[in-house]
Amino acid sequence: MRISVLSGKGGTGKTFISVNLAYAANDGLYIDCDVEEPNGRIFLKPELQLVEKVKVMLPTVDMDKCSGCKTCVHFCKYNALAYVKNKLLIFPELCHACGGCVMLCSNGALAETRRAIGIVEYGQSGKIKTRTGVLNTGEATGIPVIKHLLTDIPNEGLVVIDCPPGSSCAVMESIKDSDYCILVAEPTLFGVHNLSMVYKLVKLFDKPHGVIINKAIEGETVVEDYCRENEIPILMTIPYELEIGLLNSQGMLVGQKDKYFSIFNKVLQKIKKEV
Amino acid sequence: MKIAIPSEGTTLESIVNQSFGRTHYFIVVDSDTLQFKVIDNQAASAQGGAGIKAAQAVVDSGAEIVITFHCGQNAADVLKAAGIKIMKAVTGSVFEVVQKYKNGELMELMEIHPGYHNHGGV
Ligand code: SF4
Ligand code: SF4
Repeated sequence: MRISVLSGKGGTGKTFISVNLAYAANDGLYIDCDVEEPNGRIFLKPELQLVEKVKVMLPTVDMDKCSGCKTCVHFCKYNALAYVKNKLLIFPELCHACGGCVMLCSNGALAETRRAIGIVEYGQSGKIKTRTGVLNTGEATGIPVIKHLLTDIPNEGLVVIDCPPGSSCAVMESIKDSDYCILVAEPTLFGVHNLSMVYKLVKLFDKPHGVIINKAIEGETVVEDYCRENEIPILMTIPYELEIGLLNSQGMLVGQKDKYFSIFNKVLQKIKKEV
Repeated sequence: MKIAIPSEGTTLESIVNQSFGRTHYFIVVDSDTLQFKVIDNQAASAQGGAGIKAAQAVVDSGAEIVITFHCGQNAADVLKAAGIKIMKAVTGSVFEVVQKYKNGELMELMEIHPGYHNHGGV
């Protein structure tokens, strides 16, 4: 079973919940798709087993064949190309590797090469297997790293996918083959707004879903109200507790404490029933 | 000497725009005759790489000098490849800025905003 964990913005506790779910499953696979800020490894402290480079295509130009027609420059939606003084300039960080320019050049002046934009780390943390995607700073898109992270996933056991924050294409890539989506929300008006964004996304993808309210404060019911109105199941409410905050800030798994372990385990059982 | 200046409007009286890549227009003016043409900056709405696209338009206009408040690394790379000099703008209209340039009152733009060039690591 594949569970994706989403939130409309960073800092809601998405990673905190993901790693603890993987821990509660005992032998799960935890995949950190938040490639611009992969924090799951801080909690899980995996032992590194393998690192793979993620490479994408990049055009190179043979100036002897280039006529200066600028067809490629005008075509590139991402403005990764410029033609100046009989020279084609290529800006790798802006290239989205669509390959269009290479196909379009009627002089055969463009060819495909490959370059690394990030890595995928494979590791083990106790019984949990981990995969962490890391996108190099300044790169235009993390989607190739996410694709790499999500290939060759075992069919057995629990897979927890820690998504990037927001509702971008990178999030869509992360949830598209998931069986279930957990939406993490904070109990404030902003929290409701952020929740509504990811809620729309999972509706669009027609995924079974439920909400976890993190840092819940007594009397603050805006998120509950929103869930009731839209008939979204609430999987659990994590109270705003000093102990959780402390363990969390020390990069420890709260699931290591019995009482929390059973809470996270209950959530897993609930989801299993639905999928 | 042909000078390109990002501007908010389409006349010499228009105010110099604070942005290079996202400016509404460029005014390309001949500093001797004060004849000018207006470039509608297509890059203003670009998703990414606005600086590069704007710089390409400026290069294609035949400008030899750019006067701007800001310029990113990528745009500067394109302008420099074309041998275009980048000067630092001061507040005022396009006309005033051109006069100040002619009087030698402008400095070269030193602080180019770092793009993300070669910060990659892997
Ligand atoms: S399309 Fe080919 S020939 Fe035309 S400018 Fe680009 S590289 Fe040169
Ligand atoms: S591969 Fe696509 S994104 Fe990259 S430079 Fe060519 S047209 Fe632009």
